[in-house]
Amino acid sequence: MAIVKDKVGVVSCSGEDLPEGTISRIATRIVLEKLRPNDTVTICLPLFLAGSEDERAFARVFPTIAIDGCDKRCAEVGTKKYSGKPVATIVVSEIMQKYPYLKAKSRGKLSAKEKELALKVAEEIAAKVDEVLERKKRGDSN
Amino acid sequence: MLKDGRVFVIPCSGIGKALGTVGRAAMYEVVEKLRPNEATTICLPLLTIGDEAVLKLARNNPCISVDGCPFQCARKNIEASKGKLVASFMVTDVLRENKDLKPKAVTELDPKGLKLASILAEKLATQIDEINNNNR
Repeated sequence: MAIVKDKVGVVSCSGEDLPEGTISRIATRIVLEKLRPNDTVTICLPLFLAGSEDERAFARVFPTIAIDGCDKRCAEVGTKKYSGKPVATIVVSEIMQKYPYLKAKSRGKLSAKEKELALKVAEEIAAKVDEVLERKKRGDSN
Repeated sequence: MLKDGRVFVIPCSGIGKALGTVGRAAMYEVVEKLRPNEATTICLPLLTIGDEAVLKLARNNPCISVDGCPFQCARKNIEASKGKLVASFMVTDVLRENKDLKPKAVTELDPKGLKLASILAEKLATQIDEINNNNR
């Protein structure tokens, strides 16, 4: 199956139980809607199990970046288990260490600080998308 | 706070559709505001990857799935995990009863989406009460 070279798949963990899961979900949406709308696609992580072979082909069709809220890395593990190995993983809790003044506390509606954190994570995702596309352009598969 | 002994509300959180966001918002309204002592949630992706601790919780406690689209990822993942599924809700059913509340944005719900989430949250709270009454 051919890899689609001009789009990157972004798979978010969505982690309902943790504020970091909400940050990863919102950051992913910011990338899809605002930062890289023409370069990215997504799929619901639980759809890998609930869907058909078409859904499970996702990471074999698109180079994929997993966005995880915590170190359990459900998006990375789930994508690898059901679809294909992601080319990169971004973990929100690791990015948060760079911005100690931005805490994630809400699981529902985000505060101004949490929105700022989501944007920081989104910018890291967008940079990784650019890197993956650049690598693909050069024909480098790693 | 201990999670055992409570009803688990597990939404699909569908990232591609506004109705996935409605299901997630309804769940938070229930577990944080309407029934904070009776209901809780777990990460659906942890069920998807087969995390042992979360599998145990889903198998030992009543679970309610909340799905935004016909793929019904929450319901199917709970069933595949052999979780104790006692009720399933579809956001589309609630939308059908409230056709004027069609949400648009996925990232942050508009007033219509928030209202739809509140209606669904009330239904979930009623279901949780029924489950708890039947278990007494």
